[in-house]
Amino acid sequence: MWVYEKKLQYPVRVSTCNPMLAKFLIEQYGGADGELSAALRYLNQRYTIPDKVIGLLTDIGTEEFAHLEMIATMVFKLTKDATPEQMKAAGLGAHYANHDNALYYENAGGVPWTATYIQAKGDPIADLYEDIAAEEKARATYQWIINMSDDTDLNDSLRFLREREIIHSQRFREAVEILKDEQGKKRIF
Amino acid sequence: MFTPTKAYYPYISPFDPCPPIKVKTYSTPPNLYMGFQPPNLPQFSPMEALRAGTLWKPFYDPYFSPYEKVKEGRS
Ligand SMILES: [Fe+2]
Repeated sequence: MWVYEKKLQYPVRVSTCNPMLAKFLIEQYGGADGELSAALRYLNQRYTIPDKVIGLLTDIGTEEFAHLEMIATMVFKLTKDATPEQMKAAGLGAHYANHDNALYYENAGGVPWTATYIQAKGDPIADLYEDIAAEEKARATYQWIINMSDDTDLNDSLRFLREREIIHSQRFREAVEILKDEQGKKRIF
Repeated sequence: MFTPTKAYYPYISPFDPCPPIKVKTYSTPPNLYMGFQPPNLPQFSPMEALRAGTLWKPFYDPYFSPYEKVKEGRS
């Protein structure tokens, strides 16, 4: 069960009207390494992972939905007042033809989200290594979007999201360490 | 001194069609070096932590666009 708090995890402020940024940000919405993929990947893998790390996948998977909501807010703010002409100029003409100004789970190239982006191998190490890779890829995506954006307010929120990917990667790496730990081994504190 | 950004210098051909990018950089954030988080790391205050995205100072690694930096004259 989830409890919903009606506020964003981190404030989202967009200072310039730039619908083209929305096209790039959609990558983190419905792209292979985006927040939707992350949330669904972790919240699904957690059923078949050793007890010790189930809670971690639940926590991080839940947080990814909070990130998804931030990205949605950014995309919405950047496109809600865009005219069809502006959508076309931003490279979102095909999107407009299909969705008007609605958000949709697709990547920056307009390819709809697919479950083939995520895996549940049932092998804890394989799954956690995928999760670590996913976090590093999401971190890199944030870097490339920041490189293309000159919206300082937006970049501030993107920097926050990138920092969270670093922490998630760290925790998944620790989860691997926990599972590698040899049973009955003498532990020195 | 530690830096979370590494650089390499790709080969530049005299026949390259575009002006070369002489230095390529990539990110190596602190999580790559930490292993299991050791106890008693320095912390941000709760208010700072909410802004930074982490409670732990050694994990804080803000990323700025190299292009953004040039434009705003930050070093
Ligand atoms: Fe993440």
